[in-house]
Amino acid sequence: MSTPEIDIRIPTILRPYTGGEKSVQASGATLSAVIEDLERRFPGMGERLLEDGKLRRFVNVYLNDEDVRFIGSLDAVISSGDSLTILPAVAGGS
Amino acid sequence: MRFDSLEASFGHTPLIGLPKLSPAPNVRLWIKMEDRNPTGSIKDRAALWMINAAERDGLLKPGATILEPTSGNTGISLAMLAKQRGYKMVCVMPENTSPERTQLLRMWGSEIIYSEAAGGSNEAVRHAKEISAANPDWVMLYQYGNAANALAHYESTGPEILEDLPTITHFVAGLGTTGTLMGTGRYLRERVPKVEIIAAEPRYGEVVYGLRNIDGGFIPELYDESVITRRFSVGSHDSVRRVRELLDHEGIFAGLSTGAILHAALGIAGEVVKRGESADIAFILCDAGWKYLSTGIYEGSLDDAEDRLEGQLWA
Repeated sequence: MSTPEIDIRIPTILRPYTGGEKSVQASGATLSAVIEDLERRFPGMGERLLEDGKLRRFVNVYLNDEDVRFIGSLDAVISSGDSLTILPAVAGGS
Repeated sequence: MRFDSLEASFGHTPLIGLPKLSPAPNVRLWIKMEDRNPTGSIKDRAALWMINAAERDGLLKPGATILEPTSGNTGISLAMLAKQRGYKMVCVMPENTSPERTQLLRMWGSEIIYSEAAGGSNEAVRHAKEISAANPDWVMLYQYGNAANALAHYESTGPEILEDLPTITHFVAGLGTTGTLMGTGRYLRERVPKVEIIAAEPRYGEVVYGLRNIDGGFIPELYDESVITRRFSVGSHDSVRRVRELLDHEGIFAGLSTGAILHAALGIAGEVVKRGESADIAFILCDAGWKYLSTGIYEGSLDDAEDRLEGQLWA
């Protein structure tokens, strides 16, 4: 396997799919491949993240704290040592 | 400088260089001191524009009641203006906010209805919409979807920054209602080729993301992804660390959301240095640190500070 295995932080709302785990691992050269691997390991997860082949509107994914929508979205390139954080979009303070 | 009243003195805030935190002589950071507004935050601009627009449109009539979901600063700005102009103010605020915000809101005469900590501002917005539906004669200005919020920054913050820093290459601000980034971002993009508009979004503790289901998420109606070029999520640890650096190196006393913004600005500055380029990076100081003192985050270890902020809406 040449693609890196990376850490992924899972929000409370998706933990039913990971058996309650806050952080899991998956691998892939792009975000799209990582989500495919997540779906293989935690069936049902893929559908909670994607809709019509795109990230769901209220799902935010951060690659090393940067929103993936500005760095290629599902084509964002994953490297060894990266980390992903998945969070629902919520209202910010103001 | 002389003004006819407090509200007339909004804006025209200083843009201050950060010689010690800037990573190179040709990669400079500039902080816009929005605490120098009438009630001490950038929200005075949005509040003024929203109230003026509502009066012009005939929505706000003498004696009216204004309702607003807020985690603090917008409510404080609106409460001051409401009192000056003879309106009643009701704020819906999440219960997990610092006690100073409650004190300040009451001081300016606002009534407060608390919303549940779980769900954070999401819950405040939801609750305010329910209250609004039950009280159709109240006026909800609704900062998350009110075009006058973004317009305030298009007409004031943006022009002020460009006038003071014509060589600007990057603008960094916090992402809440998205009003600051949308308004300032649009103004700068129309006038400065290749300017980058960078969002720093606070990442809270888990309780704030406690939705019942993922479709209950929220994106402000004002948000237009095409205005910004990059977006970062910044946790409380990095925000506190940067707020302390701002104090230690530059003597500036800022609130926590400014720490998150500085973190993103320094990240960008580091990338520019690595590429061997020059930059003038302007970012927003949203408010000073006064209303965060009770959190105790300006002293002790960073881990302790992070623990104190767990579950709090700190920005």
